[in-house]
Amino acid sequence: MSAVAAPTRWRPPPFFGTRTRQNLVWALAIGYLVWSVATLHIDTKRALAGFGRALDLFARMIPPDFMRWELLVKGMVESLQMAIASTLVGVVLSVPLGIAAARNLSPKPVYVAARGLIVAGRTFHEVIIAIFFVKLFGFGPVAGLLTLAFASMIFLGKMLAEDIENIREGPVEAIRATGASFGQVFVYGVLPQVLSRQTGTTIYRLDANVRHSTVVGIVGAGGIGHTLSASFSRYDYDFAAAILLSIAALVALGEWFSDWVRRRMR
Amino acid sequence: MATAAAPAAAGAGPLLAIEGLSKVYPGGTRALDGVTFRVERPEVVAIIGSSGAGKSTLIRCINRLVEPTSGSVRLSGLDLVSLSPRELRAARRRIGMIFQEFNLVDRLTVMENILSGRLGAVGFLAAWLRRYPPRDVANAFAILDRVGLAGRHDSRADALSGGQRQRVGIGRALMQEPELLLVDEPTASLDPKTARQIMRLIRTLAEERATPALVNIHDVGLAQSFADRIIGLQGGRVVFDGAASGLTPEVLTTIYGDEDWSRTIRKDEDEEPEA
Amino acid sequence: MSSTVATRYPEVWRKRTPRESAIQWAWMVAVAVAAVWSVSALDIEWAFFLDAHEQAADLIDRMWPPSWSYLPVILEPLVETIHIATLGTAVALVLSVPIAFLAARNTAANGFTWAVGRAILVGSRSVNTIIWGLLFVAIFGPGPLAGILAVAARSVGFLAKLVAEAIEEADRGPIEAIEATGASTLQVYLVGVLPQVMPVLIGTTVYRWDINVRESSVLGFVGAGGIGLYLYASINQFAWQQVLVVLSAILLIVIASEAVSAWIRGRIS
Ligand SMILES: Nc1ncnc2c1ncn2[C@@H]1O[C@H](COP(=O)(O)OP(=O)(O)O)[C@@H](O)[C@H]1O
Ligand SMILES: [Mg+2]
Repeated sequence: MSAVAAPTRWRPPPFFGTRTRQNLVWALAIGYLVWSVATLHIDTKRALAGFGRALDLFARMIPPDFMRWELLVKGMVESLQMAIASTLVGVVLSVPLGIAAARNLSPKPVYVAARGLIVAGRTFHEVIIAIFFVKLFGFGPVAGLLTLAFASMIFLGKMLAEDIENIREGPVEAIRATGASFGQVFVYGVLPQVLSRQTGTTIYRLDANVRHSTVVGIVGAGGIGHTLSASFSRYDYDFAAAILLSIAALVALGEWFSDWVRRRMR
Repeated sequence: MATAAAPAAAGAGPLLAIEGLSKVYPGGTRALDGVTFRVERPEVVAIIGSSGAGKSTLIRCINRLVEPTSGSVRLSGLDLVSLSPRELRAARRRIGMIFQEFNLVDRLTVMENILSGRLGAVGFLAAWLRRYPPRDVANAFAILDRVGLAGRHDSRADALSGGQRQRVGIGRALMQEPELLLVDEPTASLDPKTARQIMRLIRTLAEERATPALVNIHDVGLAQSFADRIIGLQGGRVVFDGAASGLTPEVLTTIYGDEDWSRTIRKDEDEEPEA
Repeated sequence: MSSTVATRYPEVWRKRTPRESAIQWAWMVAVAVAAVWSVSALDIEWAFFLDAHEQAADLIDRMWPPSWSYLPVILEPLVETIHIATLGTAVALVLSVPIAFLAARNTAANGFTWAVGRAILVGSRSVNTIIWGLLFVAIFGPGPLAGILAVAARSVGFLAKLVAEAIEEADRGPIEAIEATGASTLQVYLVGVLPQVMPVLIGTTVYRWDINVRESSVLGFVGAGGIGLYLYASINQFAWQQVLVVLSAILLIVIASEAVSAWIRGRIS
């Protein structure tokens, strides 16, 4: 028999540091769960009825109705056009924004203004921005185009600014020392260092725009989203199913295309 | 010998005259404190001093990559400190610069890096589309040949070795047909043998083109072997200015502090046969 | 000297070979064609652009001053928005672990389960949160439950994809060691794999939560609960001074959640 009794009880060290903290985290989580569910006004009866309705809904969705394919194709093409056009507009606008928002290239006031625009622009969901463009430009794809172009400009501008802030300063200094102008310094010293990453980001953004182009229509900003929400409100579920399948296919295709291009670029 | 770098109008002033040059960085560091010296003829001037003595600041204040706090820098009589941005760009064209980290644009080819030395002389569109005048292209090929990189024009800069990259850096500076070369620790990122080759190349080219060169260097031996004149900096002040042969242990002690210098100072000219 | 230079060295240099420039031209033409096609077919009414800036100025004018008395009204939906994001993310977190194990090549039981896992990933990710919302409102009726499920449905694919990638990259060594002890497959996953992917799982969950707060702010547009309903209603009633209050509130919670998410991720990495 050993002199020192070995402990017979062992528990793994807690993930959150100390055991008290671990317990506290669990207590908080459970407390939050109870509080949030209790205050959420969930209509339990309606929710339970939902399971029955779900079956009913799926029954009515099958088979999907592709008979009105002209309407479907029109909406899909419009979404795709909005996605492509907005990416192009966005990428052009993102260059001045990205330069303005790069600390190492821009004077302080310009930098602060550009960063402010980026923070504000990123905060609001595309759909919120879309409503405002609908108010300004009326219903239709123009509002969608402008929404996605704006969101792309903000996103690409932010990525560009971060890339520019991480470039090697030496070459930029060397190009400046040859007597090059600001534009030349950008084209020779900065652009080669950020171009390939930014191209990848742009392709990624095209993919994101394809996704978003399918939803801005819900508030009237053009594309397939409008057709979809209309079919839901008319309880036209077999057509809605056809639209959903088409959207999923388009989005999956967009993601595959984006991955393919970015893999080839490397 | 080429005369491309002949000084401007006679009597316009010395090639380079620096007077009372001071630099205080925003943090309060006084990096330069009333630096004054002149370069009157094409010679290689080594600037030595311990790390933090202000060597890089001095060189960068000349082409205003760092803005001097006070003092004047005259290039053949032209006061660089008072120039407008546009005039400054024109003046920078006349000054070639070579860097410790080579500072090539890695993703561009050797040729594009060399030709970038002409950016001050071509328009934005020509630069973007890489359409340089035929004379510049021919000159770039000649320079590539001269720095020992013939045939490498389409290599990407990041595919070269350290010594080769510094040769491209030198080529870019030569492409400017400069009146003055500023060289900041050209060999600090290289092995000793390559370092000597690069120093010799800079020395030979400066002589060939009758271009004065200011070379920051922390290796006293290299400075003595390749420079005509040595300026010692300590705490942002000039504490020695004289012929390379005048570098005695006493002088080195004022520049660097107490140490046994007898083994550092070169007694004989080096004569290893190198390219 | 320059004359000898001119005769000895080539005066022409091109960055690209003819083939390379042909490819580059082809790309530029393709982009130009895409641009023309996408813009021209959109039927843009250019006249709208002429007075857009006046309209915008007018709109901003009508928003000012914000009617802060509306703030108490939107406090509850604001909290609801955060609840939807949090609970939806929590549901997605729980569901994503088994799905990730199905969809990772090295832990999938067989080709069929792997295909099922992948199909769930693709299906979940291909449909936007707000469209999921549309679907769940049709099933469970309007309200936050539809919103929670919408957030969960979209996030589960997002989380499972990244976790599946982490599983595929997990270190083989510890897994083999546990297998060698005679542990069951489930035990191997639990002891050998899960701890390795835990940081990724938590990091992506927190990151997705932050995205979901933003997504939840618009779920109300399709009736799936949260602040969006109040924004939509205020806009449709042309109550622009209320709109400004709602927008400020959304700005606040989105920026706050981004800060919280960044703080947590900074602490765990
Ligand atoms: N950008 C800067 N901002 C603030 N202080 C600087 C900066 N660059 C250099 N210094 C300071 O100025 C002094 C001189 O530096 P430097 O000219 O780089 O010396 P050297 O090249 O001789 O090593 C040092 O004390 C250094 O810390
Ligand atoms: Mg230095």
